[in-house]
Amino acid sequence: MKKNILGIFILLVAIFVITAIINPKFLNAYNMQNLIKWSSLYAVMSLGVAFVIITGGIDLSIGSVVGLVAVVLSICLKLEGMDPWSAIGIALILSLLIGLLHGILITKAKVQPFVVTLCGLLVYRSMGRWLTDNQSIGPMPMEEDAGYKNLEQIQHLDFVFSGKIAIGSFNLPTPAIFLLVLSIAAAIFLRRTIWGRYLFALGSNEDGTRYSGINTDRMKILAYVLCSFFAGMAGILFAFELDSVQPAQTGEFYELYAIAAAVLGGCSLRGGEGSVLGVVIAAAVIRLIYNSINMVGISTHLEFGILGLVILLGVIGDELIKKTVNRKQAVQTS
Amino acid sequence: MGEIVPPLIEVSGLTKSFPGVLALRGVSLHLKRGEVLALIGENGAGKSTLMKILAGIQSADAGDFIIDGEQVSFRNVNDAMLKGIALIHQELNLCGNLDLASNVFLGREPTKGGFVNESLMRHQAQQFLSQVGLDMPVNTLAGSLPIGKQQLVEIAKALSCNARVLIMDEPTSSLSQKETDTLFKVVKNLRAHGISIIYISHRLGEVIELADRVTVFRDGENAGDLGRDEINHENMVRLMVGRDLSEFYDRKIHQPGKKVLSLTKFRCPSFPDHPISLSVRAGEIVGIAGLVGAGRTELLQTIFGVTPAIGGVMEIDGEKKEISDPRRAIFSGIALVPEDRKQHGLVLPMSVRENSSLPSLKRDSSRGWINESAEEQVTEEAVSALKIKTPNFEQVTRFLSGGNQQKIVLGKWLAMSPKLLMLDEPTRGIDIGAKREIYKLMEKLAGEGMAILFVSSEMEEVLGMADRAYVMHEGKISGELGHNQLSEKAIMNLATGILAAA
Repeated sequence: MKKNILGIFILLVAIFVITAIINPKFLNAYNMQNLIKWSSLYAVMSLGVAFVIITGGIDLSIGSVVGLVAVVLSICLKLEGMDPWSAIGIALILSLLIGLLHGILITKAKVQPFVVTLCGLLVYRSMGRWLTDNQSIGPMPMEEDAGYKNLEQIQHLDFVFSGKIAIGSFNLPTPAIFLLVLSIAAAIFLRRTIWGRYLFALGSNEDGTRYSGINTDRMKILAYVLCSFFAGMAGILFAFELDSVQPAQTGEFYELYAIAAAVLGGCSLRGGEGSVLGVVIAAAVIRLIYNSINMVGISTHLEFGILGLVILLGVIGDELIKKTVNRKQAVQTS
Repeated sequence: MGEIVPPLIEVSGLTKSFPGVLALRGVSLHLKRGEVLALIGENGAGKSTLMKILAGIQSADAGDFIIDGEQVSFRNVNDAMLKGIALIHQELNLCGNLDLASNVFLGREPTKGGFVNESLMRHQAQQFLSQVGLDMPVNTLAGSLPIGKQQLVEIAKALSCNARVLIMDEPTSSLSQKETDTLFKVVKNLRAHGISIIYISHRLGEVIELADRVTVFRDGENAGDLGRDEINHENMVRLMVGRDLSEFYDRKIHQPGKKVLSLTKFRCPSFPDHPISLSVRAGEIVGIAGLVGAGRTELLQTIFGVTPAIGGVMEIDGEKKEISDPRRAIFSGIALVPEDRKQHGLVLPMSVRENSSLPSLKRDSSRGWINESAEEQVTEEAVSALKIKTPNFEQVTRFLSGGNQQKIVLGKWLAMSPKLLMLDEPTRGIDIGAKREIYKLMEKLAGEGMAILFVSSEMEEVLGMADRAYVMHEGKISGELGHNQLSEKAIMNLATGILAAA
């Protein structure tokens, strides 16, 4: 394990142990299942934005993509005659198209990523509200909702996306399995394929990468497509998890958690750095801090403050570790 | 002889190392009042490092630095300024949106009751500007002046800080002949007023004209000093290179093959009015000489597709090519070792292996999977062909010396076996050992039939390496010189636009 990932892992274990000592209820199965479920949901989004951050870009629209995808999915499931699996497909295609649009605007129209995705944040949120007239909607019928003809199949989907699989006496939430599959795929993609290598290279030095004959525009577009796709996956998982989607609120501020997890997990906003394992652990740390604050009995008004400080200290620690590693390398060559 | 005047600056045993390279190994230098000392040496000899130490930009690891008989150690540029030492940078640092007076007094504006005393500032600025021969209104915007005049403003700025020593690093590298003449007049005038000047230049002709004394560096050490009567071309080259030139540039002339690159009325976006026609044959090493800013880098970048051509015909192996980005250029068998290796040549935070394999990664992959053994092999080839000094292949390139970095930039193209290899200032800022490896490889590749086109501002390099050279001046090719026409004088005449092609 790399040193900086080891650091964040130690942080995870430390918070875990301290919370468990102060309040043994923290360890009960129900709380653990919840923690795993929420960590997985956050980690899926965070992995997506990690691709973009590795290229030196940023995506502020993730929360709104989560919201819009959840809304569109619910609308499609409600529609008569729509096959539920097709609804999932439509939701994912929507997210891919959003990523494609971001990528094209950034590389071809040369608009800064911050601006493109900030506008995306506003536009997708308002689209979700407009499509639903700002009324809550769910993937499953609420009270006397009409539609949802294929209820049986929808319940099957609900199990796939927000069910539990019994492993002995422990019920593993299915989002954890999605995370496992997606993170292994992401890690293989980043470390074993030429495209992963190109993403790191262009994030470190875009000109240098272009001078080596790599189509950097296409690789950047790919990063934004992957980012929105992961946000879309998270949108589907959240929709089934929450049962009721609030067009104005669902996913709000999630982009900030995702970016925070990516940064805490070792991605540099300057680009060129990051690891899947680090991001997943960092997403878990963020959820764990929330949970611990409740368990330990700290005022919930302090949630944001503690979260902010932990991320700040984590990133400072990361920089210090990097400095010592660099110094060692420099000494080695002279 | 009269009384012995102690030198103004006396440096001895100065040592400075950077990660991976020992830049200065106990050098010494002394400077008297009112003299022009030329400091010469090849790229990487340590001239710029010493100047940065004298100007307080960097600090030495060890050694003595004495001014007016007093031991000093500068922590920053202000410390050096207080002692009267000012560096005129190669890249000018004026604020183009401010007028001349404000630039001269930037950060040191005379004040009255907390406000800038505009009239006093203007008056004083006018005086300093006229000392350097600039008689124009002080409210002229600095950005509106040509580069030669901007440089004079920089000098006026240094004078306004009571500078006694001016360090000029390659001041004429982007000046026209006329601007150079003006600068020389100013330098001579300053000398007459008792100001000392350390003059760094590659242009030996300038050194002969200006210098009272010459100090030569080679590979981070003193190679020798020349007094006023000893300053001539042969002496300087002998000390700089340290051996016979023919031995250093080990060239054989190969029988050139068919035309690999041919440009006809080729137009670069940066100089759209000057169509360029040239050709390079297989097995030939062709140089492009000229002053900085003559459009040489732009030409190579246009051939490589970084800034696509806006007209004309380019043929590779007799086949017409439209090259709109580097990807296509590489696909057509062209490689470029760019001028700025940190920005364009390497991905610095990545390892020797990752950099060496970057261009060939895709070709060697199958369905997108990285072929690790091919990657290892490509790296191995580059490292052994150029004798790259690295502890292992996983070493991050940022921590290698300039010479080893440059070798990687060249080495990564070997796996692509280009038909045409272009190099832009291939030996800038690297040590002699690395230089020789690069020259050797160029010779070897030409021997194997590769066409090589290189840009160089170092006269010796063009004279030593090129079979044939084109000279550029203000975006046009001002002349072509065959192997037996190549001489420093012929190149300088064409480069400064004195003569059209003979």
